[in-house]
Amino acid sequence: MKISVQSDDFDLAQVLGGFGKAPNTGATVSFTGLVRDDTGTLEYMEIEHYPGMCEAAIKKIAEEAATRWSLTDCLVIHRYGALKPGDQIMMVATAARHRAEAFAAAEFLMDYLKSRAPFWKKEVTRDGADWVAAKDADEDALNRW
Amino acid sequence: MKIEVLYFAWVRERIGLPRETVETEAATVQALVDELKAREERYDLAFSDLKSLRVALDQELMDFDAPLDGVREVAFFPPMTGG
Repeated sequence: MKISVQSDDFDLAQVLGGFGKAPNTGATVSFTGLVRDDTGTLEYMEIEHYPGMCEAAIKKIAEEAATRWSLTDCLVIHRYGALKPGDQIMMVATAARHRAEAFAAAEFLMDYLKSRAPFWKKEVTRDGADWVAAKDADEDALNRW
Repeated sequence: MKIEVLYFAWVRERIGLPRETVETEAATVQALVDELKAREERYDLAFSDLKSLRVALDQELMDFDAPLDGVREVAFFPPMTGG
């Protein structure tokens, strides 16, 4: 299991190249989140985080996923700082014997990272800056697990 | 007792500082919030709607009625928006 909270970008090919090499792995799934600019006015997104709690919260979520779906490996990278449209914000990767477990665990990780890992996004646009509000749908998404 | 109090995102902006050491005898998070609100208007503004806030005690999410006994670090922040 690898968890990293970092300001630096990550090389997706390099990260995935070394992931899920255990011989009992039959499937790996990865997800990458990017900075989206819906209005064409976004200058950058500022991601604030709670050092220490971030790592602890992500570790707890990843351990839960690893246990529930018998993962053979699991990886979470989440960035913080000022990120531009198109930049990679975060990624998760899961490895399991079969694809159903790998997909489900990746979705579980994403749902929990959204509303249980202490990060906050602020959008800085040409017209001003505003904190991204949490959505009820994100909280509801946890109920399916 | 001395407690480190941390603020994140718009809570930090409204209060105007990221962290401070607070001398308090508050028994619960709610009592600490009431003490802070009584200090100055910027605290009152930041804590005006507790439903829009979350609290972590020693880096674990807790409820506002949780006891502060033995707690060293309290953090207040809006609902998280990771991922």
